[in-house]
Amino acid sequence: MMMRKDFLVYLAVLVVFLLLYFVIPKPVVFSTAVSSIIIGLIVLSLIFILIRTIRGKLVGRRTVFLFVGIAVVLPFFMTISQPIVLSPEVKLVYDSVSELKSGSRVLVSFDYDPASAPELQPMAESFFRLCLERDLKIIIMGLWPQGPQQAELALQIALQDPDVVKKNLQRGVDYVNLGFQTGNEFVIQRMGTSFKSMFPRDTRGVLYDSIPLLKDVSNFSNIDYSFNLSAGYPGTVEWVQVAVDRYGLKLGTGNTGVQATGMYPYLRAGQLKGLLGGLSGAAEFEKATNKIGQATFYMLPQSFSHIIVIIFIIIGNAAYFLGEKKKKKEQ
Amino acid sequence: MEIFGTWVAAFLTLGIISFLYRDNPWYKVCESIFVGISAGYWFVTLFFDNILGLFWAGITREDPNYMLLVGAVLGVMMLLRLVPSIGWISRWPLSFVVGATAGFYLINYFSSNVMLQVSSTLLPLLSPGFGQPLFSSSLYDVVGNIIVAAGTFTGLVYFFFSKEHKGAFGHAAKIGIWTIMITFGASFGYTVMSRMSLLIGRMEFIFGNWLGMIR
Repeated sequence: MMMRKDFLVYLAVLVVFLLLYFVIPKPVVFSTAVSSIIIGLIVLSLIFILIRTIRGKLVGRRTVFLFVGIAVVLPFFMTISQPIVLSPEVKLVYDSVSELKSGSRVLVSFDYDPASAPELQPMAESFFRLCLERDLKIIIMGLWPQGPQQAELALQIALQDPDVVKKNLQRGVDYVNLGFQTGNEFVIQRMGTSFKSMFPRDTRGVLYDSIPLLKDVSNFSNIDYSFNLSAGYPGTVEWVQVAVDRYGLKLGTGNTGVQATGMYPYLRAGQLKGLLGGLSGAAEFEKATNKIGQATFYMLPQSFSHIIVIIFIIIGNAAYFLGEKKKKKEQ
Repeated sequence: MEIFGTWVAAFLTLGIISFLYRDNPWYKVCESIFVGISAGYWFVTLFFDNILGLFWAGITREDPNYMLLVGAVLGVMMLLRLVPSIGWISRWPLSFVVGATAGFYLINYFSSNVMLQVSSTLLPLLSPGFGQPLFSSSLYDVVGNIIVAAGTFTGLVYFFFSKEHKGAFGHAAKIGIWTIMITFGASFGYTVMSRMSLLIGRMEFIFGNWLGMIR
């Protein structure tokens, strides 16, 4: 019986999506008035849930999932914009890149995989765009196998920017992708003395010595600024410990939100020259570079979902304290 | 082909999300596909990058690097764990890895996470840094330095269990636990943002790339 009910639920979900695919006119855009009505309805339903909770009727976890889903999806269709304030750590990344002279070499390490792309890919695109606009030379590498592939995706988007297209940039001269190398922090350690020993060829099989951009690059001392996009281990911690503290590399970083709080001590100690923390960091960086991208677009669903989470925390606490009170009364 | 790929990705995404309702065969199929592909991807990547790209290319080039053979032998010794009668041999390469990594980390952590962090915690109160003029610090920095130093100290007090948490010591421990809770709160906030970002990315794929409903 249960199996049959489940099957019907999944079938209904599939039918809804197929209807959305074939029937609904596209794109869907809500006017400000419609957006306000939707927000009002959501607020009313949350108040209803709060009252029910106070009366002792708890909501199931699926209700929470549903509300989070609604909070994430509906803002995609809304025409409301959200103010973004630039933080000092994001400004530091922007200033560090802006201060570099034309032709300076920037090392970018992609230490993440597609799972973290929603947070880190917008950072990569904005960073590449900024570097290419300022005629900086980009050396790409990765300590995660799929990192250099993510770099290629970001690079293709940055190269399509009208300000970058007219520069007629060339692979091997203005930018190069050295690919992935296994070995985690030991790769960084080895790069301190020789890049070539870790990356004998680039991703297209061109020998290190044949790449014009790498002609005078042998180790970290030939790099003017580096930027690490990190989603875990190996990542920013390893870059700070080895490349920054041992070899004096100037490093900025873009981290997933989970990691970001752990990076602030390094920022305070001056070991990091800038930090983009999670999606908000990416949106702030887009604002700094004056090129609105995906991160800014993602910020409205992000804010909505945070509000929903906060409200459910309040509802959960209300349920907890009322439950405690009830227990005491019964005793 | 691209449309087919998008449909497959949408089918798998919905399958994974279906777990929120209940564990089900659709979710299990998607999970198994993910685990299988990940294992295969890692195997192929490491084989081509390590064994072919580094080891084989290294020993067959014009000036061979025979040091790579040492690593290869250690690697083979590690695999001997699969043969129970001589499995003990695998402890040698393991001890090498543990020893080398411990030595490597000891220096890194002591320098980066201890010495530099201590010096950036105990900063001069009324100037931005050591050797800089007195009273040149902003009020923001002065307050910030006090909070960091006091928060670190009281946080350490909380973890000192050789003395009972009573009186002034108990108050300091209480401030310490509040500092720790605020840190956890900040970390939780960032984690929520991170997880929501992943969900937003998937939803944008479903409603944008697949259904074409987003502008």
